[in-house]
Amino acid sequence: MRPPLDPRLLHHARAARAFLVGTVALGLVATGLVLAQAVLLARILAGAFDGQGAADLTPALLLLLAVAAGRALAAYGGEALALRAAAAVKAQLRLRLVSHVLRSAPDPSRQPGELATLATRGLDALDPYFARYLPQLVLAFLTPVAVLAVVGGADLPSAGVIAATLPLIPVFMVLVGLHTRARTERQWTLLERLGGHFLDVVEGLPTLKVFGRAKAQAAVIREVTGAHRRATMRTLRVAFLSALVLELLSTLAVALVAVEIGLRLLGGGMPYETALLVLLLAPEAYLPLRNVGAQFHASMEGVTAAGRVFEVLESGVPEDTAAGDAAGRDGGQDGGRLRLDRVTVRHPGRDRPALSEVSLEVAPGERLVVVGPSGAGKSTLLAVLLRFVQPAEGHTGFEDIPAERWRERIAWVPQDPYLFAGSVADNIRLGDPGASDRAVRRAARLAGADEFVRDLPQGYDTPVGERGARLSSGQRQRIALARAFLRDAPLLLLDEPTAHLDGESAEGVRTAVERLMEGRTVVLVTHDHAWTRLADRVAEIDGGRLTIRRPPSARPDAPPETAAVMAVAS
Amino acid sequence: MTAVPSAARRAPLPRLLGLARPLRARLLVAVLAGAATTAAGIALLGVSGFLIARAAEHPGVTALTIAVVAVRALGVSRGVLRYVERLASHDVAFRVLGDVRVRVYRALARIAPAGLRELRSGDLLARLVSDVDDTQDVFVRGVVPPAAAALAGGAAVAACAFLLAPAAGALAAGLLVAGVLVPLCSVLVTRRAAHRAAAARGRLATSVVDALSGAPDLIAFGARDRAIASLAAADRELTRQTRRNAFALALGAGLGTAVTGLTVWAVLLLGVAAVEDGDLGRVPLAVLALTALAAFEAVAPLPAAAARLAETGSSARRIMRVLDAPDPVREPSRPLPPPEPPVTVRLRGVSVRYGPDEPWALDGVDLDLEPGRRVALVGPSGAGKSTVAALLLRFVDAQRGQVTVNGRDLADYAADDVRRVIGGCPQHPHVFDSTLRENLRLARPGASDDELAAAADAARLLPWIHSLPQGWDTPVGVHGARLSGGERQRLALARALLADPALLVLDEPTAHLDPAARAALTADLLRVTRGRTTLLITHDLAGLDAVDEIAVLDRGRIVQRGTHRDLLRSDGLYRRLWARGGAEGQASPPPSF
Repeated sequence: MRPPLDPRLLHHARAARAFLVGTVALGLVATGLVLAQAVLLARILAGAFDGQGAADLTPALLLLLAVAAGRALAAYGGEALALRAAAAVKAQLRLRLVSHVLRSAPDPSRQPGELATLATRGLDALDPYFARYLPQLVLAFLTPVAVLAVVGGADLPSAGVIAATLPLIPVFMVLVGLHTRARTERQWTLLERLGGHFLDVVEGLPTLKVFGRAKAQAAVIREVTGAHRRATMRTLRVAFLSALVLELLSTLAVALVAVEIGLRLLGGGMPYETALLVLLLAPEAYLPLRNVGAQFHASMEGVTAAGRVFEVLESGVPEDTAAGDAAGRDGGQDGGRLRLDRVTVRHPGRDRPALSEVSLEVAPGERLVVVGPSGAGKSTLLAVLLRFVQPAEGHTGFEDIPAERWRERIAWVPQDPYLFAGSVADNIRLGDPGASDRAVRRAARLAGADEFVRDLPQGYDTPVGERGARLSSGQRQRIALARAFLRDAPLLLLDEPTAHLDGESAEGVRTAVERLMEGRTVVLVTHDHAWTRLADRVAEIDGGRLTIRRPPSARPDAPPETAAVMAVAS
Repeated sequence: MTAVPSAARRAPLPRLLGLARPLRARLLVAVLAGAATTAAGIALLGVSGFLIARAAEHPGVTALTIAVVAVRALGVSRGVLRYVERLASHDVAFRVLGDVRVRVYRALARIAPAGLRELRSGDLLARLVSDVDDTQDVFVRGVVPPAAAALAGGAAVAACAFLLAPAAGALAAGLLVAGVLVPLCSVLVTRRAAHRAAAARGRLATSVVDALSGAPDLIAFGARDRAIASLAAADRELTRQTRRNAFALALGAGLGTAVTGLTVWAVLLLGVAAVEDGDLGRVPLAVLALTALAAFEAVAPLPAAAARLAETGSSARRIMRVLDAPDPVREPSRPLPPPEPPVTVRLRGVSVRYGPDEPWALDGVDLDLEPGRRVALVGPSGAGKSTVAALLLRFVDAQRGQVTVNGRDLADYAADDVRRVIGGCPQHPHVFDSTLRENLRLARPGASDDELAAAADAARLLPWIHSLPQGWDTPVGVHGARLSGGERQRLALARALLADPALLVLDEPTAHLDPAARAALTADLLRVTRGRTTLLITHDLAGLDAVDEIAVLDRGRIVQRGTHRDLLRSDGLYRRLWARGGAEGQASPPPSF
């Protein structure tokens, strides 16, 4: 079982610390006010019992009014404090999460969608955690102790009854909880999966209809839901026993106290006012403990959401930041050549290396096309060049340059470029935020994007929509090419630039890619052999091993100096 | 199946609650048990007050016997009653969930897929499903507590009225304010606050998604610090909004406590004055004060209930919209007997559009599908190819023109009968989160293992299935995530072959595949459809020299038809499509590149 308050929460979110202090302070105030209310009520009732009139009781009545106002203020302040703290903690965790992801190596196994949900709606589970659970938790510690102290001061036997029964509540909570929690949780998970099953069936409705299975499925849904209900109810019958036991314990304890003091009053063993005070305070001792139990789900969801954020924060491979001195020998190293020397890359959890002892040299201005089937290691090769991953073994010619600085000389055209919320122009400016409008338009023209961009309702200022939904995949690819043109970097990396495009778009993109290659060092990975026409050299990659296929001299119009570059394949 | 006339429609939330009508007896049990639980709690404190106050007057022990027994009984019964209430309300909740699921499913099945067009985008369908899931909560948290509170609160007020009428009036007013007015106000405030923060929330979500999903692009282009800064700015804005709203939201909690305190105080004041005036005994005063104090336990769950009901309002609206959706196709009142294979299907001047303001998806299309012939329908995306498939499968109706099956109007057959003879592979074949066997078997539930194997073999899946450790029982994952694109499409083809309809309609069977997989699948499907009546819808022109006729569709009209050879000879869209088709996956390389 997770602890109710993860210490990492206090570590990662400063706002949580301030909140905890504030909540404890407010808890103390609230407990004091509960005690004061009981004392005043007992005083007034006992006074009236002894024949005092409203006039005699005015001070106590006024004080009671003040206590009521104080309790209202404390309730208001507690809630406001909790909501503000939750907002601040969420913001702090979110920023840490996103910064962490952006500062570690891109991890293809991580689902960005899931992470985004965690960072937004997932963290909202902290609202009830802060507003309901933590304050109750604080009260569950403070109030019973304070009540016991006051009752003990007034009447020891009653305090004895309370002190004897009070610890039974957490004990039973744990005992019954241990017995049923696993089953209950499993049942809730099943319930969620059942929701998933329903969604699956609904999404598949067109398919079901084609095969004439749609109507029959209604009976299946009814049956599955019914069977699940019966199974869940069997579990709940046991699970709710915990609540029954807690309820019985606390109400029976109050009843016991009431009868006990009633009988002692009868014998003249205690004053009426004391008896009333004990009766009023007895339930208050149990209430916060029961409330904490009731907020169990709020606590679990909050702790789980925060826990998942911490998991992410503690995982992830740091990106390739290997850099000797920041001053670096950049520019001059290897005469501008791109060099990999027996580079091996392993992805965590895989037996086979993604790249296996790959050696490679690409001269300035040379075009290398790497061909291979999917899963062969093409993208990993680019990831090494982009410094997204750090080789497990081997060396690169650029390992002494800080990664950020190294990437300044790269223009990258990914297989599936990401377009950000914002205008078309903003998206083209990704690698050069200060570029002028003219430069943006020039890049777009070169990428073959200018025409369709100008046809958009607001031209270059048109918002691209969520993930570029407004644009076709061919248009998105051209925006990515415009980014690369604007970046104007000496090293160009391309990953399947036309893989998702239909014939017409592919043709346009291909022309623009040819233009973009002019005068740059190029590494292009693809499964499509048609690209080899543009290559100075062709390498094949399979199972993480790279083999150079076509000798450097094969491109007839290749400049003579590039022909001298040797490639070594292990 | 006809929609309810709008005048007869009530607001969505009451209609949703109305779905539980068959369960009202069970609901009543839950409410009564809930009310009794709360009432027992109130009575426990009231009777305890009586016990102590009476004891303070030092009567004989016998005067207290009943009170002593009552206190003990109430202490036990409260827990038991709560147990009954929780079981009863959860049982109702699950039963309602089952009912609503089936109802919504039936409505979706009726309108799918044409009526689902607007739900397809984004997560709307997933949200509808979670709306349905949410309905179970409405009864446990939104309906039972207020009903139980009304009963228990009413009983407490009645008991007080018996003792001192003005005090009962004060208690009733206090309970109403704390249980009805304050929760309603706080729902309104919450909603307005959420509304105010919605824009900031949306901006934040966009920044988060952009930063996380676009991380490689951001890092590669050195834009990551800018992305973090923009996220921080969006977060600051949302936090500022939340801080401002927090005080308004907290008002509910503060007001509730204030009303409780004030009411108890007022009851006490009235009670003390009444004792002074001799209108109330000393013992009843204690009962009165303690009952009033305990009565507010009844209204404690109401703010949460109000919030729950308010949230459900929009869920209910979305659910009712689906239940009320009109039928996308007309079903004949007296359908013809099912068409007998072999079938001949003719389209004459058929026009289709998806709404009165939308462009024609098909515009005067003529097409003949005759037994044993294979026809390919090609054209650029958006040309209307899939609408032809939807039309033949009775997913949409033609607004103009006529579709006939064996000479009779398609619309005069029952849609289910039509789909028994016209079927195949829909545009986005769904792979269910189940095993390979179950996914294939759904095409013909009675099929034997040999028939399954034959269909899988024809789609060239069998060696692969045998190579899997779990074979036919391999789970395929959500949306077939554990299969490759090619395996998914081949599974869809195997289904179509297993169902073996008289007219086989294959809608983009090679979509989303890489060129090598596409070429291999095209070759296979042309092999297995030889001699079958087939309509092959595709934007991939490879291998079409094998089909009997090709119809070229452009912007809803058939612009060319003929064989592959004819069409390549004439100057037209087909030749342009062929030329542009790119090098990938074509039988012979195009003229350029």
